[in-house]
Amino acid sequence: MLSFNGLVAVCILYVICLFGVAFLAEKRAAEGKARWLNSPITYTLSLSIYTTAWTFYGAVGSAARTGLEFLTIYLGPTLVFLGWFWVLRKMVRIGRAQRITSIADMISSRYGKSGGLAALVTVLAVLGTTPYIALQLQSVTLSFSVFASPAPFGFSDTDITAVWVAGGLALFTIVFGTRSLDLNERHPGLVSAIAVEAIVKLFAILAVGVFVVWGVANGPSDMLDRIQASPVSQVEWNGARWLGLTALAAAAILCLPRMFQVLVVENADESHLATAGWAFPLYLLLISLFVVPIAVIGLELPSAGDNPDLFVLTVPLSLGQDGLALLVFLGGFSAATSMVIVAALALSTMLSNHIIMPLWLRATRLDDPMSGDMRRVALTARRLSIAGILFLGLAYYRLSGGADALAEIGLIAFLGVAQVLPALVGGILWRGATRTGAALGIGAGFAIWAWLLLLPNVAETGGLIFGMIENGPFGIRWLSPATPLGLQATDPLLTAMILSLGVNTLLFILGSLVTFPSPLERLQGAQFVNVYEHSRPLYGWQAAAGTADDLLIMAQRIMGTNRAGRLFQSAAVRQGRAGDMPEPTPDFLERLERELAGSVGAATAHAMVTQITGGATVSVRELLAVADETAQIMEYSSQLEAKSTELAQTAARLREANAKLTELSVQKDAFLSQISHELRTPMTSIRSFSEILMQADPVDDAARTRFSRIIHDESLRLTRLLDDLLDLSVLENGKVTLHEDAVDLGEVIDRAVYAAGAQEEGGRLRIVRDREAEDVALWTDADRLAQVFINLISNAQKYCDATRPELTITVHTLPGRVEVEFADNGTGIPPRQQALIFEKFARADTAKGAPGAGLGLAISREIMARLGGGLVFLPAATGTRFRVRLPAGALRAA
Amino acid sequence: MAKRLFLERRTYRRNRLQDAARLLPVLGIVLIFAPIFIRDSDAVTGGGPATGLSQWLVYYFVIWIGLIGITALVSRALVRSSPDAGATTPEDPPAGKGAR
Repeated sequence: MLSFNGLVAVCILYVICLFGVAFLAEKRAAEGKARWLNSPITYTLSLSIYTTAWTFYGAVGSAARTGLEFLTIYLGPTLVFLGWFWVLRKMVRIGRAQRITSIADMISSRYGKSGGLAALVTVLAVLGTTPYIALQLQSVTLSFSVFASPAPFGFSDTDITAVWVAGGLALFTIVFGTRSLDLNERHPGLVSAIAVEAIVKLFAILAVGVFVVWGVANGPSDMLDRIQASPVSQVEWNGARWLGLTALAAAAILCLPRMFQVLVVENADESHLATAGWAFPLYLLLISLFVVPIAVIGLELPSAGDNPDLFVLTVPLSLGQDGLALLVFLGGFSAATSMVIVAALALSTMLSNHIIMPLWLRATRLDDPMSGDMRRVALTARRLSIAGILFLGLAYYRLSGGADALAEIGLIAFLGVAQVLPALVGGILWRGATRTGAALGIGAGFAIWAWLLLLPNVAETGGLIFGMIENGPFGIRWLSPATPLGLQATDPLLTAMILSLGVNTLLFILGSLVTFPSPLERLQGAQFVNVYEHSRPLYGWQAAAGTADDLLIMAQRIMGTNRAGRLFQSAAVRQGRAGDMPEPTPDFLERLERELAGSVGAATAHAMVTQITGGATVSVRELLAVADETAQIMEYSSQLEAKSTELAQTAARLREANAKLTELSVQKDAFLSQISHELRTPMTSIRSFSEILMQADPVDDAARTRFSRIIHDESLRLTRLLDDLLDLSVLENGKVTLHEDAVDLGEVIDRAVYAAGAQEEGGRLRIVRDREAEDVALWTDADRLAQVFINLISNAQKYCDATRPELTITVHTLPGRVEVEFADNGTGIPPRQQALIFEKFARADTAKGAPGAGLGLAISREIMARLGGGLVFLPAATGTRFRVRLPAGALRAA
Repeated sequence: MAKRLFLERRTYRRNRLQDAARLLPVLGIVLIFAPIFIRDSDAVTGGGPATGLSQWLVYYFVIWIGLIGITALVSRALVRSSPDAGATTPEDPPAGKGAR
């Protein structure tokens, strides 16, 4: 018999091997070379965590006690897998399309991302799994104690074994389960280790079976005779239990968090289900093939002990097959550890995603769950959860003290997690299922289950008997778990199953029928129920080569051919595949996503990449994020557009202004030379004539008078020029005083014509007027108005270059205003200069020879502005045309 | 015209295969639960030679392996008959595609 220390050494060696397998698998997967990891066989083997230590050891015990009943635990899942095309395929597809991370996530996603529902399912899963983990720890320590009866240490070896096992499992799960928050939450290292363990446990139990049938008995027919003769045959067959347990096991394989993890979350390829559909039932068949023979032989052998739960171990041990026993021990160890690892992983994902992270987010008020910081927090939360879950299991085990009641917990846990079934199956098959219905059903089923089964079991396990359980709360007997509804049930499990699942389903359906789902819920419902219309299957590695091409095409469209090409080349070189397409490893995808995010936004990039690599549909939340991003980009670009239009307008205005300034500058130079000429001509004559007058020999009187007149005239000319300049300055500064009075327009024009001297003898200009139209009464400053008219008439006199110059003055009386038009028949003003005529000192090219300082029109316009009217130049085909507009007020006041 | 007929036939076969895949669990349920009723009636007659546990054990393993075998055949046929990855899903009825 092996020593305790030897056994520990074998265990440690085995665990090191598992670490090695997991590490190697992670490495190969990261390099994209682990094809075997993505084979349907690995997938099927990973499903074998369904057969835990409880079934590995306990099935034989169950067979010894209840005959064929142990088969139900395997036949239920077999039925589910035979119908993989119906429910499992849909679950896997939904899990892929919606990127589901756990059973709680599945339920919450279906019912409109309900956080409360997810938390409820999480709590249910933790409550249902913790005792189960305790059960695994118990089976490992029990098998240890079979080998090493004398404890090597002073204190109880079972305790320390459980602590070591729990610690080791926590470490393994943390190392390989929470390396990173993967794109798709898959863990190749973990899955491969589990696959190895699946082979070990299958091999172990088959070896014992073969030994028993051909080593102890004489072949199959002798074995069948012995079975017929053994007490196992005498067991009463309970039909109701057969039916109930099969249904329960079928429900459990869909709802157990750890099964969901390997079945849906770790699934790499939908077509693997087609293989698992028959291969997993085959695995179950092989596992259970020799259960009855081992039980029968165990019962025959007095040396095998009185605990049928350990027959698998004690039968070879009592027959001196130490090597075989060691193999069995490792098989049991494998069964226990693989279950605990996956269960802890699945629960930690749920705990961290649905309980810890929401609380953390609420506490810290962060709203960006994708930031790097949050990823670290999530990882820490998961690691702590794993440690916490294993600690809970250990605590439960220590509390129970390895009581026999633990054995019952397996089926109780099944029923606990099966409460999710109506909401799960209803959710993927029935669009009418609502969140309220799901919450009511799960809540009620959970409460009934906890009250009728969990509480009494915990109380019994802890050695506590509450009077409440015996007599019901407050002495109400029909509420007592022992006699629910006053029923004297023979089988508490089946009673609780019918009650809890019945009420659960009823409330789920009724709640769904009478409530109205939210829009998001309805949308998710449609996405789940009609998942085949919204997604396409993913065919694992066959698709990988195509994926890189697709990614390249997409990247080229967004980043441009050169940049995308460089990115892909460098990624390929980094993967050691220079000159080839890079494998879509998580690293590469993350980098690509980051690069794309720079162009199209993070949410859009993520949606695009996963659409290609994961076969996932875009979820509503992502769609909203994408819409947000697009809206932002659109707003930004419209802002840019508005700004650029504004800039273009400003630039045009500036160019215009610049052209005007240049023209003005030219005009100013011309004016300066003109004005200096204008000023110098009179000044020169004044100076020369005054010099003559100052000479000693005086000129005659007639000459003096002539000279003085010249000096006087020239001075007047200078004064007029300066007056004009002053007048303009006064007008521009708004300091002018108007003397308004009632006047007649015709009279004002008469005055102006007269003052301009246009009607004098020898006047060239002919003036055409319409006296009747001019008979308009006005309220205005007659002198100033006359000044404007004089200016316009004298302009025509000076500049009209027609052979028979003619000025037409027309008056239009319009509602609210009077317009007076002055039109001559000259060549007009060139278009280039039309914009400048009202500027000070501006003089048209045609006016070069004529006298004047170029202030007349500027002054006129200022006057008209003061009078509340306006003076505009009218572009016309021939001649120069000005319009004087007199305001409504001037007319009304008259 | 002949080609079209050929395609139709393939789709038809595929749909029947899917029917078979869906009906497999029903066959399983019947085979697994039938003995409950038969055995009970055995107990009623009492006197006759009751079918022993070993026979039922053999019965269960035989139907089990039989179901596994049929499922393997149907699944393989399903995978082989399903159009290439991504084109259409086996679930899509040909008429329903235009509706979306």
